[in-house]
Parts: sequence; structure tokens; C-alpha cells
Amino acid sequence: MINSSLKQLSQMLAKKEISSVELTQTFLSRINQFNPSINAFITLDEAKTLTQAKAADVRIAAGKAEALTGIPFAQKDIFCAKGWQTTCGSKMLANFIAPYDAHVISQFDAAGAVNLGKTNMDEFAMGSSNETSYFGGVKNPWDFERVPGGSSGGSAAAVAARLCAAATGTDTGGSIRQPASLCGFTGLKPTYGLVSRYGMIAFASSLDQAGPMAKSAEDCSMMLNVMAGFDERDSTSLNRPKEDYTRGLVSMQGDKPLKGLRIGLPKEYFAEGLDAGVAKVVQDAIAEYKKLGAEIIDISLPNSKLSIPVYYVLAPAEASSNLSRYDGVRYGHRAEKYTDLMDMYCKSRAEGFGAEVKRRILIGTYVLSAGYYDAYYLKAQQIRRLIADDFVQAFKKCDIIMGPTAPSTAFKAGEKADDPVAMYLQDVYTIATNLAGLPGMSIPAGFSNGLPVGLQLMGNYFDEARMLDIAHAYQQVTDWHVRMPELKIPEVAA
Amino acid sequence: MEWEVVIGLETHTQLKTNTKIFSGASIKYGAEPNTQADEVSIALPGVLPVLNKKAVECAIKFGLAINAEIPPRSVFARKNYFYPDLPKGYQISQYELPIVGKGKLTIQIGEQEKTINITRAHLEEDAGKSVHGAIEGMSGIDLNRAGTPLLEIVTEPDMRSAAEAVAYAKKLHELVQWIDICDGNMQEGSFRCDVNVSVRPKGSEKLGTRREIKNLNSFKFMTQAIEYETRWQIETLEDGGKIEQATVLFNPDTGETKAMRSKEEANDYRYFPDPDLLPLEITESYIANVKTGMPQLPEAMKTELEQRYGLSSYDSSTLTNSIAKAIYFKEVADELYELCNSSDYSAKDCAKIANSWISGEFSTALNSRDIPILKFGLSAKWLASLLIRILDGTISRSGAKAIWPGMLAVADAKREAHLKGQDIPEEKQEFSVDKLIEKAGLKQVSDSGAIEVIIDEVLAANAAMVAEYKSGKEKAFNGLVGQCMKASKGKANPAQVNEILKKKLAN
Amino acid sequence: MALNITDIKSIAHLARIEINEQEAATTLTKLSGILGLIEQMQAVDTKDITPMSHSQNVVQRLREDVVTQTNQREEFQKIAPILGNGSGLPAVQDGLYLVPQVIE
Repeated sequence: MINSSLKQLSQMLAKKEISSVELTQTFLSRINQFNPSINAFITLDEAKTLTQAKAADVRIAAGKAEALTGIPFAQKDIFCAKGWQTTCGSKMLANFIAPYDAHVISQFDAAGAVNLGKTNMDEFAMGSSNETSYFGGVKNPWDFERVPGGSSGGSAAAVAARLCAAATGTDTGGSIRQPASLCGFTGLKPTYGLVSRYGMIAFASSLDQAGPMAKSAEDCSMMLNVMAGFDERDSTSLNRPKEDYTRGLVSMQGDKPLKGLRIGLPKEYFAEGLDAGVAKVVQDAIAEYKKLGAEIIDISLPNSKLSIPVYYVLAPAEASSNLSRYDGVRYGHRAEKYTDLMDMYCKSRAEGFGAEVKRRILIGTYVLSAGYYDAYYLKAQQIRRLIADDFVQAFKKCDIIMGPTAPSTAFKAGEKADDPVAMYLQDVYTIATNLAGLPGMSIPAGFSNGLPVGLQLMGNYFDEARMLDIAHAYQQVTDWHVRMPELKIPEVAA
Repeated sequence: MEWEVVIGLETHTQLKTNTKIFSGASIKYGAEPNTQADEVSIALPGVLPVLNKKAVECAIKFGLAINAEIPPRSVFARKNYFYPDLPKGYQISQYELPIVGKGKLTIQIGEQEKTINITRAHLEEDAGKSVHGAIEGMSGIDLNRAGTPLLEIVTEPDMRSAAEAVAYAKKLHELVQWIDICDGNMQEGSFRCDVNVSVRPKGSEKLGTRREIKNLNSFKFMTQAIEYETRWQIETLEDGGKIEQATVLFNPDTGETKAMRSKEEANDYRYFPDPDLLPLEITESYIANVKTGMPQLPEAMKTELEQRYGLSSYDSSTLTNSIAKAIYFKEVADELYELCNSSDYSAKDCAKIANSWISGEFSTALNSRDIPILKFGLSAKWLASLLIRILDGTISRSGAKAIWPGMLAVADAKREAHLKGQDIPEEKQEFSVDKLIEKAGLKQVSDSGAIEVIIDEVLAANAAMVAEYKSGKEKAFNGLVGQCMKASKGKANPAQVNEILKKKLAN
Repeated sequence: MALNITDIKSIAHLARIEINEQEAATTLTKLSGILGLIEQMQAVDTKDITPMSHSQNVVQRLREDVVTQTNQREEFQKIAPILGNGSGLPAVQDGLYLVPQVIE
């Protein structure tokens, strides 16, 4: 059951083969068993969770169920959920009980889904290994010595370890896709503006986007049906007609379902810096796509190498401003001892933020400061346009772009923790789509030295349905997405 | 050395909306602390701004009213600084691309007109309020005001005296009320001026170092503050001192300006486009749409006053210097014309007497009370009912002046009752002017027989003056008219007195 | 554009983050590394390129001027921070958020 697809679970619930309460308890008991060692969740509240499950059962009994009614999901702790501790992985918000619901949370609630708990993450989503979390690192379920990736590391580990049916994540520079690659599951970052950011704690507003983290493309499509949609409270939310993202999946059958599909391979994504084992897995996956009828085209994204420098100007700049509201005045951490207002600000923020968050605030403050704005911020925005234009050119030649999601498989905890620049390179293949606002996906494509490897799919604006079909076609002929790590039951400490 | 003062104004105009600029919380004045501070106002994690349509319309109206460029695209930017009344740690404002570009406002200084150039006007959110002294060593923060929509209107350093600055501020104050984008309530902070003052040797082109007087909320204080600041700067320079750029506050109790505790560092606001808000696009058709909902503007009104009401260019520009006064004038003149429709008076006759009264007695009363005309409380209809009696000869102008204080008292009582939210007592309603004339016995004597009797008495008693007149001293005639008026206790119709007196003296 | 310790301290002050000597030194090393990475941008000719603030070419939507929010003060002030300095009390009184005296 823990490895069932959302569709299967939905059917089981509809047929009353299982109740939502039973299903929820199954996951809760797995969480109780494994979470102490994996640390995927920051906050659990069984009472609240089971109340939702009971309500879902009533709804199912009343014949008013929707596709996700009664299914337990883990929510990244970046989404405000009314009455839930919402920490964003930070000491700053360690005692913050959100007084309102994020749009994403309301959407899951309205669909009758069950909230299993809030998952661990890099502090304020700043990190690629989940090691910046105030609540401790998260273990990669495939190898407890390794990181799950980040920033949505808790959601990633929870999905991989089957501690939930699926989870939500957010992706500012790769925070859904890189952990999806490192933990071996399917993750989608939608087109910027498709999912409302209201109530999602901001890191870099012009890049942040929420998306599903699940076993398969099919699961992701069902979740996206719930998550996507116009929200008038977010000025950047796009007012487009509602889509059914599952609509094309059924056509991905037969011998060559992808006949005529042009897959672009950017040469820059297969150059220096890519681990050979990862490259092999990605090439094999491309070969599989050829078998499905696709045509392979060499393309170039010449400015993509500048993604990291551009990102490390723009994201910290926006973050430095977004995080100014954490001043210890109205909520969040206030220093216990201070002499005056200035001292209160400086101590509260020094104590409340961790090292990486402080670093990014400082970079952001610096690049926006008088005399540097043009050389850094403005320049970065100009190159951002060049990067986005590369994609416009590329999509004239191909329908979808593929490549590796991350340059390597999961690395060991502590390995890069002291070298921010090395850590930042983890997102070398994912950041460009955030800068351009394009949708990106990572799907499990195999293993290298026993660790999962993800294949990245990058589509044109609003091409999520097509991307999900393409991923689904691959998952019809491969089984990487249903592979599960063998979890050691930890010794219970006395 | 002769010095010249150079003044520029930045005015924060609170826009007349129901809700905040970026959220649906009420902005009603006077609510309990933080009861109108919604999740956006207190900047909870994850909240986002959405722009208020009415605020945008107000800004466009203002742009149209000062004949400004309204660019097709404007951008919101974040101004970053830490302050407890600024919950996000940044203020959403407009920086490089404001909603309203260059425009002009013409003011009247004595008989001179002067055009003040407006650099720009931009939309921004207000901050909250710090309440001091409730608890020892602590300040209390009330965020009800945080997020209130403001239009910041910035001028070029075009003014050269406190009088010019105040004339501009008054004109602007009237304009924003007239186009209905601001309630103009200065006590409640709906209209606040920051005044940049610098001095330089007369004839010099170079601007001196300026000091900014913050948050002036009355015209009286503005005059005092600018005059004090100007004197202070001149004295400082003459004593060999240097002016340091500073923000100063005006203390109404001492009448002095004083620099705020010096900032520990120069402000570095790190402006950048707000990624939570998209570019604001204003189309021509949107502007045209807003325009249709606007009242007549000063320029058009001036033309109308000259063409339809026959006022001189001087009178029309004096009147339109205050739009509200011009409107009031039109109302009075129209009412008056309606009242005397069947008689021999033209619209222009009506306009002439209305203008003369409004520029004279009415303006004197208005100035001595220092209140905006829109709040004066004396209806056009009521004033017209007084003026018609001058026009038709029932009373003399001096008779009308005798009634006037009683009418002002009613207006004063009306305002007071309104402020207290009370009903106006019946005895303070706008009563019948005719009854008042009768009661005061001010009705003019127009009976020629009665006037002849008075004249005969005066001529008999002032033989010397009659002789003077007859020997060619024309002035003596006025003296005789005066005597006749005095003898009639002001009730004789002066025109008739003139006529009959002339006849009798010719004999 | 090499940074020095004084720069780090002034940036930290601008960002209202207390930083001691040792932290400033570590931060200097790490920030310099990151700025080295960022410096790659300077090699690109961006003359006449319009800066990109948003990925979608859409314009600001406007909200009707209607009150939609109600008073939630009690709810919001439940999560107020602790006043500090040994008081153990929440940093609110009479509906106001309390901060050390603001001096003007």
C-alpha cells in the first residue's frame, strides 16, 4: 500500500477497501518508526491529522470525494498552515504558529486531502542539502550517511522512504528537482505564476514556485490539478483557464507514443563538471526515449553557464529584503537580552538566522547597496534576459529539453557544508529554468553506485501537461520510479 | 549680503479610499490600535500585496489635474530600511518610474501669478505609528495606518518665500479635495508637507545645502517653520558656519526647528523593483475613462468665469486660485440669477455682486477662521437670498453688512454641531433673510416723498456746504449725501438720494 | 571589487545583524568566494539589454477597493514575541506591539 500510486489509493478509498483513517495511520506509524532517524518532519500533530482523515471518510461516505480526498500528504514547512507550527526551517520562526493558510494548503484542504505534518527543509529554503535547517539535517533514505538534497529535503526523504503518499515542495533554484534526483522520485517545478505563492514563505519572490513531489508523473499530474490555479491574492498568479493535467496520460500507450517528439540536448549540460556515472544514466534514459519514438536534437544554451552567478545576485538580493520582516517586533524570535532598539534588531536577527541565511542576506544587501546596484543587480537582470532568450531560441528547434538534474548523486553529509561555492554548483542545471520562469521536472532514471540519478525535463511555458505525458511514457516502460530504498529499522534508543 | 531662500515641497496626500493600498483592510481613522492591521499590514510570513484600483485612479486624476505626463508604465520599488512602524522592513513605493510625471500648478501671489513645477507624484504606502510614553522606556506600535495609500507629490525647488510655499500648499490642498482624492484633513494627517529649505546669496545659481522640515500639518506652522529655518540658516552662514544636510522637526511651542538626532549612518535604501508586484500599465483609454468622472478643472473654469459670467481676467484668476471658491461663486451667482429671473438684472449683474461679496466680506470671514471653504457651512442659496436684496434695492450694502455677522454665527454653529456630530438646533438654521431685514428695520426707504423731506432738512441745516457746492466744489456733494444717509439712519436708497439731491441743488 | 572587514561590518549593520570580529573574518572569506563566482558576469556585454524583473510579460492586476479584512488582532497578537530582558511577558500591551523606546 505504501508504494501505491495516488490513483490506486484514490480507488481503494472510493471502493472503501481502506478508510482514510487507516491509510493515514499506516503512514503515521511509518513516520513514528523511521522519522526519528531520518528527521524528515519538523512538526507532527496526529490529532489534527486524524481529524482531517475522519472528515475525509465522512466526505467519501457522502459520495462527495474528489481525486485526492482522504490521501495523506506531507507539506513542506514553508507553507503557512493555520494552527500549525510553521518554521521554514529557522530558529527565527521556531515558535511561529501560522494564523492563516497558504493558498496551497487551502487547495489541499478543499480537495479533502490529509496533512500528515510539516517537513524539514533548509532554513528559508536556502541550501541544497538540508544541512542549513535549524532542526537538523535529513538522511537520504538510500544511504543515511548522505544528504537528501535541498532545500525540500524533508519532503524528498519522506517521499523516498514512503512516509507519505506524496509531498509538496518549493523550487527557487532547484529545490524540488535536485532532491528528486538525489532521492529517486518525480518532482515538478511548474511555470512561474501557475501555483499561487500566497502563504508560502518567500525566499526569492521572482523565482519561488511550489510544486508536487511524488513517486510518478501521474501522481504529480493529480497533485498539480489541485495546486495550480488563479489566486487573486498573488499579483504574480496567472489567470488562465483551469487545466486537467492528467488528460493526456492515457494516450502514452503503444509502441511509439512519442513519435515526432523532438528532444533537445543542450551541449552545456553534458560538459565538464558532470559526474560520469550520472552522465551514463542520463544517456541511457535518452536512448530509451529514442525507442519511444522521439528524435534527438543537439542544442545550445550558451548563457546557461552564467545561471549561477546571476542567481547568486538576484536570489540573495530579493531574500535580503524579504527577510527584513523578521525583526522580533510582531512575531518570531526576539533576543532575550538587549539594550535598545538597534541592539534588539541586531541580536534578534543574529540569533534567529543561521550562517547560510546570514551570508545570503549580506550578499543581497551588498549587491543592492549604493554604488553597486548597476554592476551587480542590474547586470544580473540583463543576463537573466539573455538566459531566458536562449530557451526561446531552443524551443524553436525542439519540444522539450533534457539533461541531468544534478551534477552528481547524493553526497555525504558535511562534505560541502563548509564550502558555499561548491554547494551552489549543485544547482548548475536547474537554476536556468527558474530564471526563465519555465517548468522543469526531474524523474528517476536509474542508479549510479547504488544511488538514484534523475533525468531533467525542461518544457516551454505552460507545457506541464505535455511534460507530464512525456515523463509518464518513460515510466510506462521503466520501473525506476517504483524502486524503494530498504530502510533499516533503527535500534530504539532507551 | 542679500540672501535668497529656495524652497521645494514634498507632500504626502492620503488618498480617499476605503481600504489599504495593498490589502483589503479598512483605513478608517480613529480605530483601536492594530484592529485594522490585517495579515498584510503586519507583514506575516508569506503574505503578498495586490494593488488597490481606487488608489491608481486617484493618482491618474491628480496627473490630469496638473496637466502632467502619465507614463504608460510605472513600477513599484522597495525602499529598504528598518523601523518598528515599517513591518516589512521595506516600504513599497515608486522610484525610477512614478505613475505621474512632470506637471504644473499655478499660484497667485498678490496680483502676480507664478507657476510651480511638479517633478513627479508617486504612489506609496504609509507607515504605522509609534506611540510614546505609555510605558517607561518603551514605544508602542500601532499598524492601523501601515499600508494606507499615499500620493507623494514632489515639486522642483521653485518657491522663493514662505508665502509662496504656503500659497502652493494651499492650492494643492484645495485641488486634491476638489478632485476628490483626499479629504484634506490636516489634523488627522491626511495632508502632510515636508519642506526642503536652503539659502544662497542673491543672484547665485548654485543651490545651498538644504535641510528638510518634516511633517508640517498646518499652514500656520509651515509659515513659522520656514521663516525660522530661513533666519537660522542665514544667521549660521553669516556667523561663518556651515549648513549640514539634515532632517529637522518644527516645535510649535517654541516656534523653532531642530535637527533630528543625527542618523548613525547615511541612509542606503537599496531600492529595487518589487518582485511581488508587476509593472502597472495605464492605457490611454483608461485615462480617458477616469477623465470623464472628473470635475471641471481650474483652467476651464477660468475661461467659463470670463465668458459666461463676464468677470475680468484678474477676478477670474483670483477666484480660480481657490477652486472651491470659484465653485461657490458660480453657485451663488446662479442662485442669484434664478431668484431675480423675472426682473431686469442680467446674469452678469448677478455675477458682479456675487464676486464682490465673495472676494470681500466672505473671504475676510473665511481667512479669519482659517478653514477650507468646503467646510464653511454657509449655503450658496442663503447668501444669494441676501444679495438679491442689495440688487433689488431693499437694503443697502451697509445694511447687508449689518446682517452678515448673524449669518456667520449660524455657519459657525453649523460647523461646530457637525464636528460634535450633533443636530443643528432650529434657531441656528439658515433663517429667512427677509424677516431679518424687517426685524432689524433695515429696509431701505425708497419712497421719494420721505426722502425729499429728509433732503430738505439736511439742506436747511447745511447751508455752508450748499454754498460750497454751488461755488464749484464738487466734493461738497458727497458730504451732503453722507448727511442725508446719516439722517435716514442708512435706510435711504443712496441712488435715489443722489438723484433727488442733484435735482434740488440745480434749482 | 574586493571586500574588507570594514565592508562586512557595515553591510551587517545595514542588514541589522550583529557580527563579532571572528564571524566577520569568516564571513569575509566566504563572501569573497561567492563574489568571485558572481564576478563572471562582468565578462558579458549587456549593452542595450532590457533588465528582466519578471519571467512573464504580464501587468499588474488591480483589486477593487472593498473592505475584505476583519479585526484579527487577538489572533495575531497571540504569536507576539516575548518582551525579553527577564520579563517573560509578551511584547504587546493595550493592543500595541512593544519595542524599546524609539528616539526621533
